[in-house]
Amino acid sequence: MNKVSIIIRREYTTRVKKKSFIIMTLLAPLFMAAMFVIPVWVMTRKDTDEKTIAVIEDGTEMFKGKIPGTKYLKFEYLENVNLQEIKGNFGELGYYGILHISPKVTYLPGAIQLLSNKQPPLDITEHISNAIEKEIERLKLLTYDIEDLDEILKEIDTDVKIQTIKISDTGEEKETSTVIAMGLAYISGILIYMLTFIFGAQVMRGVIEEKTSRIVEIIISSIKPFQLMMGKIIGIALVGLTQFFFWILITFIIISIAKSVLIPDISAVIEQPLTENILSSSPVGQTQVSEIQEMSEIQEIFSTLGNIPWVTIIFAFIFYFLCGYLLYASLFASIGAAVDNETDTQQFMMPITIPLLLGLFVAMGAFQNPESSIVFWFSLIPLTSPIVMMARIPFGIPLWELGLSMILLILTFIGTTWMAAKIYRTGILLYGKKPTYKEMWKWIRYKN
Amino acid sequence: MEFFKAQHIVKQFANHLALDQITVSVPEGSIYGLLGPNGAGKTTLIRIINQITAPDSGELFFKGNKLKSDDIYDIGYLPEERGLYRKMKVGEQSVYLARLKGLSRQDALKKLKVWFEKFEIEAWWNKKVEELSKGMQQKVQFIITVLHEPKLLIFDEPFTGFDPINVKILKKEILEFKDQGATIIFSTHDMGSVEELCSHITLINKARTLLEGGIDEIRKRYASDEYEIGFEGEANLLTATLSSQYKILEHKKVNGQSIVRIKLQDSFSTNDILKSLLQSGKIVSFNEIVPGMNDIFIRVVQEEKTIKK
Repeated sequence: MNKVSIIIRREYTTRVKKKSFIIMTLLAPLFMAAMFVIPVWVMTRKDTDEKTIAVIEDGTEMFKGKIPGTKYLKFEYLENVNLQEIKGNFGELGYYGILHISPKVTYLPGAIQLLSNKQPPLDITEHISNAIEKEIERLKLLTYDIEDLDEILKEIDTDVKIQTIKISDTGEEKETSTVIAMGLAYISGILIYMLTFIFGAQVMRGVIEEKTSRIVEIIISSIKPFQLMMGKIIGIALVGLTQFFFWILITFIIISIAKSVLIPDISAVIEQPLTENILSSSPVGQTQVSEIQEMSEIQEIFSTLGNIPWVTIIFAFIFYFLCGYLLYASLFASIGAAVDNETDTQQFMMPITIPLLLGLFVAMGAFQNPESSIVFWFSLIPLTSPIVMMARIPFGIPLWELGLSMILLILTFIGTTWMAAKIYRTGILLYGKKPTYKEMWKWIRYKN
Repeated sequence: MEFFKAQHIVKQFANHLALDQITVSVPEGSIYGLLGPNGAGKTTLIRIINQITAPDSGELFFKGNKLKSDDIYDIGYLPEERGLYRKMKVGEQSVYLARLKGLSRQDALKKLKVWFEKFEIEAWWNKKVEELSKGMQQKVQFIITVLHEPKLLIFDEPFTGFDPINVKILKKEILEFKDQGATIIFSTHDMGSVEELCSHITLINKARTLLEGGIDEIRKRYASDEYEIGFEGEANLLTATLSSQYKILEHKKVNGQSIVRIKLQDSFSTNDILKSLLQSGKIVSFNEIVPGMNDIFIRVVQEEKTIKK
C-alpha cells in the first residue's frame, strides 16, 4: 500500500503542477457561472434599441391602435399604402419590420406576416400575436351583444404563473423550479460525461507514455502492474476531485457575487405592492408591474437555488463521478497498455465511447421526462448510470433506485478493473504490434 | 552455494513456448552470462526472475529459500527496453524510482548524491530527461538500478546503446560490484564481454538450455586438441617431422617464424610433440587453441539446427 501511495503522489503532483491544470481549474467555473448568470443578466437588461414596426392592413382598420406599444417597441399604422412599395423601400424607411394583416385573419389565423430583415425575437412575435388574439376574441365577443363588455373583459384579465412545489412524503413543502432542476440535471449529466472522458483519457495517455518511454519495465520490477495501474487511476481521480472542489468553490463565489450585484436588495420593493396591485385594478403603470415581476423571477431563481439539495447532489455527483470514472478509467488503462501509440487507440475507443454517448443522449431525454422507462433502465445499467442518474437526481428519485444503481455500479467497476488489469499486465510489455480483440480476450484468460 | 536457482521453468505464451524446462543455478559472487540468439527466451526468463511475469511451472530459489515478493528489494534490474519519464526532472525521477525500491527519501538523496558525483553528472539533477543524451540517460538508469545496493543485479543487454567509453565505465562498475560480493546475471550478444566478465554461462536457444556451466570448463569441453607452435629454424624439417605423426592444419611464415597449427591425434600427448620438436630447432611458443565463446555459440546453435533437421 505504501508503494501505491508513492505512485499516487507522483501521478497527482506532476499533473496538479501543470499549467493546463491551473488554467482549466480557473476558467471552467467562469463558464459554469456564466451559464447561471448570463440568462439572469439578459433578463435584467432588455433590448434598449427602440424599434418601430409598420402595420399595414389590407383595406380595413380593424387593428388600428389595438397593438399596444412598449417602451422599446412602437407600432406605426400606415393607411392607403401599397405593401409592395413599402417592401421595396424597406431599407430607406428604417422600420424594424412590416406587420401585414389580412382581413381574413378572423377566420384564418395564419393570415398575418411579419416581414423583417432580421429574425424577430420570440418576445416581439408573442407580444403581437397576444394583442391580435385578444382583439379578435374581443371582436367575436362583441357579436354576442353583452353589456359592459369592456368592463367585464378588464376585470377577468388575469395573468397566471405556475409555481411548482415539491413535497416530501410527510408533506413538507419546498419551492422548486423545473427550469432549475433541468439546468442542474443538464449540467451534472454533461459534467460527468466530460470528466469521465477527460480524466479517463488522461489515464490512457499516462499508460501510453510509460509504455512508449519504456520506463514501465523499470517500474514493474519494483511494483506489481496492478498497483501501478491503480496508483495511476487513483492519482488522476484525486486530480479530478481537486479540480471539482475548486470548481464548486469558485462557482459559488461567482454566483454569490453576481447575486449581490444583480439584485441589490429588491425583496423590500417587491413584497408589499405586488399583491395589492394585481387584485385592485388601480392604474399602476404597465411597465412597473412587469419590471417588478421580472425582478421577482430573478429573486425566485436565487431562492430556489438555495432550496436545491446541494449536499445530496454534490455527494451523489462525487460518488457517480468516482465510480463511473473508476469503471471507465480501468478500461482506458487497458487500451493504453494494449497499443503502442495514441493513433492506434481509435479502434478500441469505440466500445467505450458508445455507452458514454448513449448515456448522454438518454440523459438529454431525462430532462424532458425523468420518469420514462428507458431513463429508468439506463440509470440502473452501470455503463450509463453515472450520467443518466445524475441527470435524474435533481428531479428527485426513490431511494431504492439510487441504492440499486450504486451497488450495480460498484460491482461492475470491480469486474472491469479485474479484467482491465489482466489486459494491462500483458499488454504493457508487448511492443510492436497492435493486438486484436481476440488476443486481448486470451490475455484476460491467462493465469497470472 | 547457489545464490539463485531457477528449476524446470516452463512458460507458454498464446502462440509459442517461450521457456521449456529451463534450469539455471547462479553461484554466489559469480557473473552469470545468459546467452542465446534473439527470441531464445532470455528476456522472458529475466522477467520471471524479477517476478514481472510468473512461470507456468517450475520453481525459483533465492538464497536457498523460495523466491518471495519482498526479494525484489534485493534485486536490481536494468531491462533491455528501458527509458525514463521524458518530462520529469532527473533528480526527482531518480528519487521516485529509488523510493519504489524501498529506500526512504533521505537515503535516496544521500546515495544519489554519491553516484552523481562519481559519474560527474550533478549538473543534470534539475534537467528534464528529454534534454539528456541517450548515453546520459543510460547512466541515470544504471544508477537507479544499483542505488539500493542489491545483492543480485540483473542486466538485460546492458551495453547496447553505450559508447565504448561508457561501456568501459560500466564494465568497471560491474566488476566492482562483484568484488563487493554481489551476484550478477546479465544477458548479452557481445561474446567479447562474456569472456571478459563472466565466470558462468547458460546458452539458451529456442526455449531450451543448450549449454550450462563454468566458462573455463565449457571452453575446455569445446577445445578440439588443436595447438599452435611458433618455431624458428628449418621450416621444412619441422613439417617433415610433424606430418608423419600429426595432422597439420595450417602452416605459415610470419617475420621469419614458422607458425604451425596442428591437431593432436588420439594416441599422442603434447609432450610427445614437444619431444620431437626439440630436435628440430628453437621453439618460440606453444599454445593450446581454446575456442572463443563466439565460436562455441555459433557452433552449438548450428549443431542444434542440423540435429533438428
